[in-house]
Amino acid sequence: MEKEGSIRIPSGCAIAAVISKEGKKIPGSLISEAMRPMHDRSNGLGGGFAGYGIYPEYKEFYALHFFFDSRTSRKDCEVFLKERFEIVKSEIIRTRKIPAITDEPIIWRYFVDPLKSVLWSMQLDPDEYVARTVMQINTEQNGAYVFSSGKNMGTFKAVGFPEDVGVFYILDEYEGYSWTAHGRYPTNTPGWWGGAHPFTLLDYSIVHNGEISSYDANRRFIEMFGYKCNLKTDTEVITYIMDYLIRVQGLTLGEAANVVAAPFWSTIRGKTDEEERERLAFLRKVFPSLLITGPFSIVLGFTGGIMALNDRLKLRSMVVGEKDDMVFVASEESAIRAMQPDAENIYAPMGGEPVIVKVKEGAF
Amino acid sequence: MTVDISGLEYREVNDIIRGEAGETVITGALGQRFLAAGTSGKNIKIYGVPGNALGAYLNGGRIEVFGNAQDATGDTMNDGEIVIHGNIGDAAGYAMRGGKIYVEGDAGYRAGIHMKAYRDKVPVMVIGGSAGSFLGEYQAGGIIVVLGLGKRGGRVVGNFPCTGMHGGKMFIRDVPEHLQLPAQVTARLADAEDIDGIREYIRCYAEFFGAGLESVIGHPFTVITPDSGNPYKQMYVAN
Repeated sequence: MEKEGSIRIPSGCAIAAVISKEGKKIPGSLISEAMRPMHDRSNGLGGGFAGYGIYPEYKEFYALHFFFDSRTSRKDCEVFLKERFEIVKSEIIRTRKIPAITDEPIIWRYFVDPLKSVLWSMQLDPDEYVARTVMQINTEQNGAYVFSSGKNMGTFKAVGFPEDVGVFYILDEYEGYSWTAHGRYPTNTPGWWGGAHPFTLLDYSIVHNGEISSYDANRRFIEMFGYKCNLKTDTEVITYIMDYLIRVQGLTLGEAANVVAAPFWSTIRGKTDEEERERLAFLRKVFPSLLITGPFSIVLGFTGGIMALNDRLKLRSMVVGEKDDMVFVASEESAIRAMQPDAENIYAPMGGEPVIVKVKEGAF
Repeated sequence: MTVDISGLEYREVNDIIRGEAGETVITGALGQRFLAAGTSGKNIKIYGVPGNALGAYLNGGRIEVFGNAQDATGDTMNDGEIVIHGNIGDAAGYAMRGGKIYVEGDAGYRAGIHMKAYRDKVPVMVIGGSAGSFLGEYQAGGIIVVLGLGKRGGRVVGNFPCTGMHGGKMFIRDVPEHLQLPAQVTARLADAEDIDGIREYIRCYAEFFGAGLESVIGHPFTVITPDSGNPYKQMYVAN
């Protein structure tokens, strides 16, 4: 089967997210079940989830989730890992055998700590080191693919409908303060496990409904900074853009949103607040190649929060609702009601208007 | 009859609707798409959240939703009436060419996109709250009314209303000075004759949702029509 590196993939899709501002534990099954009413938005060629706060006992360590083609590729990769990390724990990710999910690769999880001596000699901070290592593995190691690399978070994805993927990964046994979810509708490829969403780098994860038309402009720019868009999917490049803007460049979430979903120049000119007008113009001028055009609704997951964002033209649907300390985001209100029938203040954010929700300090 | 459609697929629900001669009351709707699509002469009440394309190709009858509706409600509808006691998602009334849609609250982006009139058919959409950006995009006919009651964020309509408008009329319950409109349309304060043309629709809105007709209609409205002397041409491509 041709993997996704050789083909570009436009996709339709469904997204959802839930977060507890109090940092309460939410079972993964809640969001998995929320994908059922949106079943028809996907076509069974990809589903996935990201959970935050799910590995409290290993929260100091990077949790690397891998797909391996074979036992040999795993053994080879472990040799590579051991030269770079202390492997604190190595285990198969437990799954349920169900008829809806077949042909699974070897799905493995390592909790690792970068070797201090290597960090020292390379003069890198641990995040940058892990990010570079993930790029290296996904580019060079045949048969090995890292699909999750953050601390105290993890991605679970597969070829299948999202509600089945949730059952497959036994998500009812994981609890986190936030979850994001995705159902995929790729139209031009067979769909591979690694190509399902969420896409992640470190603790940044993206679920995306849409198809961006600026992919190649964005890719050319971001690859100058060491990122490798191996899978050629638009969502992968969005993930790296977010990592670059927020972690590397130090932008706030709102600023990152103003870069990727920048208002039209005419809208900026029409702003009456001069400081705001100059700020928006500045961001557009500094990062013109990171403007993302074409339809998207995304949820960015990160440690301690989520950010939901539509493209500036709002070519995809997205609604937000809340109940007590919980905030819900989904492509359709039906998914929010599936999680919380009594959700309140349901509204559709405007195009380019980021919805940022954070867990209160100290609660995660 | 009353039927709880929890867990049912849209095909099963539509079979029930088609088989029922009298009123159908649906409870437990949760995202089922295409409800009542293509039906004529049915009387349907829906509780819960109907899915996308509610009443698509509707050819008559009445659908009343006690809650919010999702995207593309009334897509290409030809006749009938859809009443939403709540908000409505994006692309409401997409390419509708007949019938009426009444929304108590807000509409998402692109409400009335490519609405058109056809012979004796004049589609009407009344939005009680505010409308998102690109209201009436490519509107070719019909009437869109936005009342701006209880609007969020202080604006009756979002950005870029009437983009590509080349037919029909739009009424916005605000003064022209508050609106940012493209050069290809003409906007002016609605006069008594203009208001008489939409009085019946506003009366229906007031009746359905319990609003005061006089207080709604006593406020200035802007009426917008395409400027035939300066039509859209070569908007995106040379043609």
